[in-house]
Amino acid sequence: MTAITGTRPVRRTRISTTAIVYIVLLGAIALSAVLVAAAGKSFFSAGTLTSVLTLMSILGFVAIGQTLVIISGSLDLSVPYVVSTASIVGAGIMAQGAAGIVPGVAAALLVSAAIGAVNGLIVTKLRVHGFIATLGVGLIISGWLGTSFQGSFGSAPAEFRLLGATTIAGVPLSTIIMLVCAGLAALLLHRTSLGLHIYAVGGNAHVARLSGVRTHVPVVVSHILCSMLAGLAGLLLLARTSVGSPTIGSQGGYDLMSIAAVVLGGTLLAGGSGGVLGTIGGVAIFAVLDHTMGVLEVNPFFKDFLRGAVIIVAVALYAWRSVQRRPPRFHGKGKEA
Amino acid sequence: MSALAQQSPWQRFVAALGTPSGAVFVLLVVLLIAASIANPRFAEPDQLVRFLARTAPIAIAAIGQFFVIVSGEFDLSMGAVIAAQVVIAGNIIGQDEAMILPGIALMLLVGVMVGLLNGVLTTFAKVPSFIVTLGMMLALYGFVRFLTGGAATGNPVDSFREIGRGLLGDVLPYSVIILVVLAVAAWLLMRSPFGHTLLAVGDNAVAARLSGTRTAGVKISAFVLSSLAATVAGILLVGYAGVHPSIGTGYEFQAITAVVLGGAVLGGGRGWVLSAAAGAIALELLFTVLNQVGTDSTWRPSVQGIIIILAVALGAVAWRTARRPPSVSRTDAARDPDPIPTPTPTPGEQ
Amino acid sequence: MMRKHSKGLIVVALGAAMTLAACSTDGSVDPSAAPENTESAPAETAASNGEWFDQAVYDEQFEQRSASFEGDPATPWLQYIDGPMTDTAEWQTDEAMHACFANASISNPWRQTGFITMQEQLAVLQDEGVIETMEVRDAGDDDNTQIADIDYFIGQGNCDIYIISPNSTAALTPAVERACETGSPVIVFDRGVETDCATTFIHPIGGYAWGIDTAEFLIEHLEPGDTVVALRILPGVDVLEHRWAAAERLLTEAGITVDDYFTGADPTEIKSIITDALARGDVQGIWMDAGDGAVAAIEAFEDAGAELPVMTGEDEMSFLRAWQERDMTALAPAYSNFQWRTPLLAAEMIANGEPVPTEWVLPQTPLDADARDEAIAANEGMPDGHYALFGGADLPTYPGPWQDR
Repeated sequence: MTAITGTRPVRRTRISTTAIVYIVLLGAIALSAVLVAAAGKSFFSAGTLTSVLTLMSILGFVAIGQTLVIISGSLDLSVPYVVSTASIVGAGIMAQGAAGIVPGVAAALLVSAAIGAVNGLIVTKLRVHGFIATLGVGLIISGWLGTSFQGSFGSAPAEFRLLGATTIAGVPLSTIIMLVCAGLAALLLHRTSLGLHIYAVGGNAHVARLSGVRTHVPVVVSHILCSMLAGLAGLLLLARTSVGSPTIGSQGGYDLMSIAAVVLGGTLLAGGSGGVLGTIGGVAIFAVLDHTMGVLEVNPFFKDFLRGAVIIVAVALYAWRSVQRRPPRFHGKGKEA
Repeated sequence: MSALAQQSPWQRFVAALGTPSGAVFVLLVVLLIAASIANPRFAEPDQLVRFLARTAPIAIAAIGQFFVIVSGEFDLSMGAVIAAQVVIAGNIIGQDEAMILPGIALMLLVGVMVGLLNGVLTTFAKVPSFIVTLGMMLALYGFVRFLTGGAATGNPVDSFREIGRGLLGDVLPYSVIILVVLAVAAWLLMRSPFGHTLLAVGDNAVAARLSGTRTAGVKISAFVLSSLAATVAGILLVGYAGVHPSIGTGYEFQAITAVVLGGAVLGGGRGWVLSAAAGAIALELLFTVLNQVGTDSTWRPSVQGIIIILAVALGAVAWRTARRPPSVSRTDAARDPDPIPTPTPTPGEQ
Repeated sequence: MMRKHSKGLIVVALGAAMTLAACSTDGSVDPSAAPENTESAPAETAASNGEWFDQAVYDEQFEQRSASFEGDPATPWLQYIDGPMTDTAEWQTDEAMHACFANASISNPWRQTGFITMQEQLAVLQDEGVIETMEVRDAGDDDNTQIADIDYFIGQGNCDIYIISPNSTAALTPAVERACETGSPVIVFDRGVETDCATTFIHPIGGYAWGIDTAEFLIEHLEPGDTVVALRILPGVDVLEHRWAAAERLLTEAGITVDDYFTGADPTEIKSIITDALARGDVQGIWMDAGDGAVAAIEAFEDAGAELPVMTGEDEMSFLRAWQERDMTALAPAYSNFQWRTPLLAAEMIANGEPVPTEWVLPQTPLDADARDEAIAANEGMPDGHYALFGGADLPTYPGPWQDR
């Protein structure tokens, strides 16, 4: 057990990376406030809070799951199709009315979990790189969605739609659920042995196995949880749109954006280091930027350009810091980098 | 190596076909036969050449992606580079023949710049290539559309489009000639010291650096080659189909699929460049066969998904099995066009 | 202990997957989603477009094609078919309004052209003091973003009028209903929503009319047994699905063989599809649900040395020009791009307290060869992605913004 704890990232490192994420977030908020005020509008309003939190919630679910998968050393590109599948399955069952809510939610989450299990097993048992495994599974699902469903499908009863429409003191219910999920994921990562194993396997699977960790289990479980969180995102979208949609996941581009948010949140793409708190910060940065660009009516194409630039610059900033702090023995001339 | 040397050329050939990089050629032949059975007209030389012309852009893109993957990185910006080049061709060259050469020069320059930026950010700024090229993809798509208001003004002049559309002596499409030339060049490049270094860097960057290799320079070159390949693909596509901002969409994933289908290993260090091109052609051929037997085109992604997973899963098994002869060292692997594998790095394994 | 737990999870998940394979299959044959017209349609048609074919709406649009329009034909964007009107007296105002526009996207040339026309119309109304500002939010083709955009507008609480171009029909319905509940006038245009709460819903006749016009043209110029390749952009968008639902039915009934593909409007894809189709056998007709990429289709015939097909495209300049340059039989149906002007002019009418049509059906006239030549002459110097029936030539800023995009 000590060996495993040893592969866990040094606590100081993780906290400071997360701190940087939140400093960037504060910077983004400050910049946004100035820009929005310069445009003669108010940034600090209830509408802004609700808008930013709403933008956060869906990507948030997906990004929390993506964090787990990335820490375990894999990757999930199938999330948009899991999101769509969950919305379709949920809507199909809920079309019968309020009695369908519980079975609908259960079925959507179980299907999502099954997809996650398939992803995890392909990665571990067939030894296919997570990139390829989940790209492939995502393509398979997208073919099924495209062939079987044209346009919206099923419907959500009014009771279920409340989930997407309710706000508590200006905070959307969906955001609260998302933050609860984030809390649970953080507990899993930091307070359970499974969490330790996820870090251990992602950090160095070989060492982890030598230390007695069953390396397949954390990877498979991360994939299952990631898909279930994507399924939750799909259900939430169902609550917001009232119908199942075969394209709702790909519309949001949740695969690449969630990975970007995770990395923006300071988690290493290579695995073994990072955390959910940072990811939430990363998602918030995107949400604040998107909201501000929306208020300022930035050209939609230019928005994409800025998003891309922010991703590169922010991640380069983290990487630059870690290079700076690296002990000189790795470098020869430490200060030069 | 000694074990291999004792085999007859025929045995070596059969053994090579057993590796993932060789198997793709078997797949290619099987698909060709299937396509010819499904539609006898397909086997006629002019149809085959026409088909090859159509796959030239994706095959060239796959060759470019191969360099990056074999060095252990990803290039997701490829589709955006193609889209950018297509729009540049439409707006800069336009209907002015005198602008063809300056236009091509500008496109190549843009290609080099994007590749340099990808490479430098990956190597010196230590940003994972997945993120660098993802950001580049978003930024490039957005920037080009922002500058052009979403679309180009129109197709470039016909004489420029001949590169991707025309035939040499009414028989051989220029795009096929360009594909063959680039494939041979890529093959020679992978046999040169640069190619060996590239494989070594992808196989084990730390070891390569310790042995004195300039890993950064090699990786940056790989990114530049990839962007240049995307640029050439863009020039061909503008000729083949005309200007449209959706051209190039999805090319990055299709190229990665092709490279993997060609037996290269994600994470680097293994693969044969011509197999990557063959993988691209096989993929297109597969879609053609599916189309011929009347499969709904909406199933296409599913087939692509199954193929990509199977190819990598079988490849992982094959590389592991092929590893058995213990006499083969890593340096030999780098020198052999069908490199001999070592354990596949997979998550949960390494 | 933990290992056992994880294994249990996997087993449960796999078990669930199997049970659910059954569940989701049940869902797909759910009667609520089944079309009402299955009994009359041949099996194959029902399977492919049954969900989208609505006989009543088809019949309505069939009639509307020959309906007479109120208003001056010189300003078709103000014409409408006589019908119920919404009384707008309660919103009459002399003050310049703050308009809020939730746009689905500007991701294709048709929407880009229309949005330019809209902005130039806005400038005119701003000069006239009708509208003070128009706040635009672009959803980038994402339902969820557009719902958030509309909710943001509602939350800001300062919109005097809502203009919404929905990204999709069913998904945006609840958000549009919320906008209606604010009591401010709501204008919906282009794609519709499943509620009639809007003050006015502006759209050209519709997809079925497009399908009928194009199919009748192909049937007239082709023989039974001929093959038509249909090039469709993407599935699931009502205005596009209706075009094909009508056309497929008519073509099939006329004994014409149809082969339909989704292209994503990607000319590479279009060219490959046609090339493959020509390799299999002769193709006499091309049907498109949008003209974007039509030139690639024509070039595929030329490169294969095949006879040019009878073709229906759209009023996009690239297609009109390619058609004019060649000797071919073609028709350019239009999904009237000038509808992008109408919402702002409707806003002006609402500010004046004038009644507006509850469902504002705009004319939708296909361009034949003569109309094509006129359209090309009228739109000289416009880029290929421009739409001939954009209806903005009388705006003071014409032609600059449309020419230099």
